[in-house]
Amino acid sequence: MSKIVKLTKGFDLKLVGKAPLELVDVATVTTFAIKPSDFPGIQRPKVLVNEGDTVKAGTPLLLDKAMDQIIYASPVSGEVVEIKRGDKRKLLEIKILADSTITYENAGALDLNQDRATLVAALAASGVWPHILQRPFGIVANPADTPKAIFVSTFDTNPLAGDLAFALQGQERYFQAGIAALAKLTAGKVHVNVDGSKPVAAVFSGVNQAQTNQFSGPHPAGNVGVQIHHLDPINKGDIAWTMSAVGVVQLGKFVLEGIYDASKLIALTGSEMAKKGYVKTFTGACVSTLLEGNTAAGHLRVISGNVLTGEQVANNGYLGFYHNQLTVIPEGEYEEFLGWLKPSATKLSFHKAIGMFSFLRKGEFKVDTNTHGEERPFVVTGVFEKVLPMDILPTYLFKAIVTEDFDEMEELGLYEVIEEDVALCEFVDPSKNELQKLVRNGIELLMYS
Amino acid sequence: MKLLQNLFDGMKPNFEKGGKWEKFHTLYEGHRTIAFAPDSITKSKGTQIKDATDLKRVMITVVIAMIPALLFGILNIGHQHFIATGGEGTFLDKAIFGALTVLPTLIVSYAVGLATEFTFCVIRNHPISEGYLVTGMLIALVMPPFIPLWQVGLATVFAVVIGKEVFGGTGMNILNVAMTARAFLYFAYPAQISGDLVWTYLGDKAAVDGFSGATALAVAYNSSIDGTPVVQALSSHNAALGADYSFMSMFMGWIPGSIGETSTLMALIGAVILVATGVASWKIIVGGFGGAYAMGLIMNAFEVNQFMAMPAHYHLVMGGLAFGVVFMATDPVSAAQTELGKWIYGILIGVLTVIIRVTNPAYPEGIMLAVLFMNVVAPLIDHYVVKANKTRRLQRATV
Repeated sequence: MSKIVKLTKGFDLKLVGKAPLELVDVATVTTFAIKPSDFPGIQRPKVLVNEGDTVKAGTPLLLDKAMDQIIYASPVSGEVVEIKRGDKRKLLEIKILADSTITYENAGALDLNQDRATLVAALAASGVWPHILQRPFGIVANPADTPKAIFVSTFDTNPLAGDLAFALQGQERYFQAGIAALAKLTAGKVHVNVDGSKPVAAVFSGVNQAQTNQFSGPHPAGNVGVQIHHLDPINKGDIAWTMSAVGVVQLGKFVLEGIYDASKLIALTGSEMAKKGYVKTFTGACVSTLLEGNTAAGHLRVISGNVLTGEQVANNGYLGFYHNQLTVIPEGEYEEFLGWLKPSATKLSFHKAIGMFSFLRKGEFKVDTNTHGEERPFVVTGVFEKVLPMDILPTYLFKAIVTEDFDEMEELGLYEVIEEDVALCEFVDPSKNELQKLVRNGIELLMYS
Repeated sequence: MKLLQNLFDGMKPNFEKGGKWEKFHTLYEGHRTIAFAPDSITKSKGTQIKDATDLKRVMITVVIAMIPALLFGILNIGHQHFIATGGEGTFLDKAIFGALTVLPTLIVSYAVGLATEFTFCVIRNHPISEGYLVTGMLIALVMPPFIPLWQVGLATVFAVVIGKEVFGGTGMNILNVAMTARAFLYFAYPAQISGDLVWTYLGDKAAVDGFSGATALAVAYNSSIDGTPVVQALSSHNAALGADYSFMSMFMGWIPGSIGETSTLMALIGAVILVATGVASWKIIVGGFGGAYAMGLIMNAFEVNQFMAMPAHYHLVMGGLAFGVVFMATDPVSAAQTELGKWIYGILIGVLTVIIRVTNPAYPEGIMLAVLFMNVVAPLIDHYVVKANKTRRLQRATV
């Protein structure tokens, strides 16, 4: 039975720099990297290749010694050009220089009617597996677990996020095959959650072996964590899995064709991006090629992902494993005379405090990285509650994490949230606290102690 | 503005690590961030952009919401003075007289409070917080006009240190800081802050014949002793002098009282600003007025004495209820923090205020004690609201 959920809490950040639904013409990216830091929960990464090795798309590059069935595969075929390490030989990146035509490791089409253990083993070794994340904690799923349900969100409500229906159009067959594979992995249901505010895109419609639910409302309606909360919430001891729609399509390709095809459409967004639109590349693409001659002048922030949950990358950095979006906005290193008092309708704010008139303005807002104030203790109450559409008391949860009170963290719902779910809270917080980091700290406390 | 920036830049080395005024770094930062919103940028992980509203803007919103009450208070003090001394005063006379009475109190409150706050920030190496912007104004507005300035200073130091800093500064206090200042004076110097003579500043003149400085609450309380209906007693009070305690004059605020608390209308204007800007919880404000009105009706039902028989809506305009409910009870740090908790907290403040007023002869003004008491109880209310949330989560697990 499908569910229709209308959410009212939340906040849509309407920013300048949306990607039009068209492919843009930029140079082809040739270097790709896989970064262990993209995978929260990875504990002891072990490199399986040496510099100079040639690899195919799907060749294992890396595994986590703590969970060695899962391999992290090369997104493209080519040569391993650098294994970059940081302090204490910490592994930072494995860089691959791509061939002009990609060749694939081929495992052959996957028979979904095998027993679950064989199926899981094949998928864990496929390269697609890291797309499957576990709730609680938002870490790569453990193949040994059987989740109570699997959730797939097919729309992204984050600021300037790419349109998944556009990015995945024509991939119906793969999407369906991916869902069929997921259905074998869970004891319960697979939930496909679609945007209830518009007609369901072709690629996500008519999916068998899954329950389709409609979600509508402002951001974070597209966050899978919010959706789980309204469908089948996670309690202590429960394990659910989530997979992005992009991951499901890649899974479907592995099921039908036996290859790890890490190609995807990346949305180029942000006010300082000259040519906005979509570009076809592979997971972990080097951003320098995408940015060259494609940005405005000035001191810019390059973000892998969106402005709420993304991560700053260097101008020659690499897109994150889970990111389908590249955003460029100006840095905000300026002082503003009486900036805390000056009335403004052009500065984006969730609040309506004296002088903040952005709520009266209908258009899009240009934003930069200025913090607009300093960090302070929690003072204002009732704000986080307005942007978190869950039956959770965010302020109390945050305070429980600050005080490292384990019982409270569990009881107040830390099993139900990861960073992205509190990203809006972090944005609207007038006290400018780092709440996403706080939540990850809390999760690590629960996981490792 | 470049000039000011250069001035700050020039001073900066002295305040940095190893500089001669290193210890006072927080004062430098504090002043610079008041002049200029800082140039800090977001970290590489976490949200890459931040909301344009910061705590300074939230706090200044509250200060702006109090300005109507302050201006009216200044005018009213002049007005009351001329009624009591029998002189004729123009609008300007009243305003000047009021300003000369109020401004010293305001200046002392801010100067002493900020000095205390700065001292603590330097000792503890905390950033200077904007919380005192609001507290400084609130303390001045709840003082009687006749208060000696040294008492204002002493109460401010007590409130900032014992009410806030010992708990860790802004955001950590349990009691409303301004109410703590007022309560300190109430119990430490009762002679100067109660009775009939402190609410009107006579200056060097004597009161005219027949003038009574009793507040409306005192009049109401006395009528329950001598048995005259309260409304009658109120409207005949000082009527010969052209001033009475009718509902309308109490609503407008042309009555003696603390500097900023007399006018219900001005408090309501403040409430509109606070609610429209989303800075204060409308639940607490509505709950506070609603609770007081409901309790007034319950008192009417019992009608043991004349005060209990007073029409319930009179409670809303008498004393400092409106001011307290709008500006004191809504302080987010010391109020209940859960949404359901805010309703309970607000309603109980209204209820308790009326109970204290009507039943306790020692404290004719109940709002101060009601707010302080509910500040203490607020965490308990929240505890049960939070517990209900936890229980819902647990029950879900067994389904």
